[in-house]
Amino acid sequence: MSLLEVRNISKLFGGLAASSNISFTIQKGEILGLIGPNGAGKTTLFNIVDGFYAPTKGQVLFKGQVISGLKPHQICKLGLARTFQVVKPLQRMSVLDNVIASAFLRAKNKAEAVNIAMETLRFTGLDADQDVISRGLPLGKRKKLEIARALATQPELLLLDESFAGLNHSELNESIEIIRNIKARGITIMIIEHHMKVIMSISDRIVVINYGQKIAEGTPQEIRNNPLVVEAYLGE
Amino acid sequence: MKKYLPLIVLAVLAVLPLIGLSTYTMHMIILVIMWATVGMAWNLLAGYCGQVSFGHAAYFGVGAYTSGILYSHLNMSPWWGIPISIVVVTIFSFLLGLMVLRLRGPFFTLATLAMGEVMRVTAENLVWLTGGSTGILIRERTWIDKTHYYYIILAIAVVTFLVIKLLVRSKMGYYFMAIREDQDAAESLGINTTLYKTIALCISGALTGIAGAFYTNYMGYIDPEVVFALHDVSIVTIMIVMVGGVATLSGPFVGAAIMVLLAELVRSQLADLVRSMPSLGAAHQVFFGILLILIIIFLPNGIVGDFQKIKRMFRVGGACK
Repeated sequence: MSLLEVRNISKLFGGLAASSNISFTIQKGEILGLIGPNGAGKTTLFNIVDGFYAPTKGQVLFKGQVISGLKPHQICKLGLARTFQVVKPLQRMSVLDNVIASAFLRAKNKAEAVNIAMETLRFTGLDADQDVISRGLPLGKRKKLEIARALATQPELLLLDESFAGLNHSELNESIEIIRNIKARGITIMIIEHHMKVIMSISDRIVVINYGQKIAEGTPQEIRNNPLVVEAYLGE
Repeated sequence: MKKYLPLIVLAVLAVLPLIGLSTYTMHMIILVIMWATVGMAWNLLAGYCGQVSFGHAAYFGVGAYTSGILYSHLNMSPWWGIPISIVVVTIFSFLLGLMVLRLRGPFFTLATLAMGEVMRVTAENLVWLTGGSTGILIRERTWIDKTHYYYIILAIAVVTFLVIKLLVRSKMGYYFMAIREDQDAAESLGINTTLYKTIALCISGALTGIAGAFYTNYMGYIDPEVVFALHDVSIVTIMIVMVGGVATLSGPFVGAAIMVLLAELVRSQLADLVRSMPSLGAAHQVFFGILLILIIIFLPNGIVGDFQKIKRMFRVGGACK
């Protein structure tokens, strides 16, 4: 059984089909890359998977259970966490408090929540900034905070929405290292990314969408040589 | 030192009536403590959970009328209103929440503003229940002396303070603040935002209702214009917390002290003027308005929240001399 199954998902916004008839699965332990040109409907797909949007047609199954129709907090409780492309730090709270707030999902008491939060901050390399009010964080660290907060809910599947956009070279390498470590912990990852070199190097498989439709699926090598993908990115 | 400050303040407040203050002074202090309680309740919902209510008069009024109606219809002591208002106002808050908590941000705020006014008009027109604009008069006062009332409202305030202090440091407090900062992010962290917003509203409403029930017992007379007042309850509550410090534990006390004393000062100092010019009756509201504008510009986190800034301002001022 696959960890996540997206089954014939369509989403209409008025007359606009943001997703049409998309299907794919994610196996436990893998990193699935989701790529496509701007406006292809990648984030819409994320929003459908984690419950912010209800699909117009189709179903999402997580661990064999239909989750489309559930609310985001219920889906998170089942073990599916996400980050946002436009980062949403809890601005007037410290970095540590941000992560404590999400660690409470699984923690029985505050001490345990603090422990989970501290451990997660060390894991993501934010422990030196734990007392910084998150409004004051630079973008690179905000992106890391998004990841830390999602991790503190102890998910089985992590959806990362452009966690690398706007990072400089060394931040990029750190983040790739973090993603690899997350995978090593046995957490499955679905990631949206524009940075081709990154996505090609970390993904086990890649799904390509364009104009709301899936146009290709395969290993990075297959995707690189797929004429449809080349056309979508470079034009005819 | 800072850790013990609330205990020191409490100790001072506990012995305050023993030094033989005038009835008038006691009255002022009772009002300050009562308003601080309402401020703390509002602060839980608006300051910590981010749901800014412009209609806390609704809860205050329902609490006050619970007391009044128990007395006028069931011949019970209006003091029963304090425990019973907890139940009544919690249910009332829950039902109100079903409607208004679907809305976010300014839409929520406007809906609460409307609900406050709806409750006032309702109370004016349900004459068989509330007595309408005639109000309800508690004919037998329990005590003439203010001391008992003082200790009762002090106990209510202390309990309120402790409830909020415990709450904001618990899981629930973190959830409230997460919702305040970003409702979508909170939802994606597994927080049932609808549930926790409803809890915040019910607790805040119930605490405000207790203060309302106390008001009935203390003042001995209520009418819809007084307890469901937009200016004198809903707006004053907001100002108390804004002046004192949003999302701070002690802010509402500081704010209530300033607002009640300022209103009284303006009223008494202008008393002669007011007598000659009746249009000056609401002059204190002009002062409140100006004060609020100044606070928002210079101390957006209130006196307690921006205390470091105030200290710095005075230090810079001192250095210039």
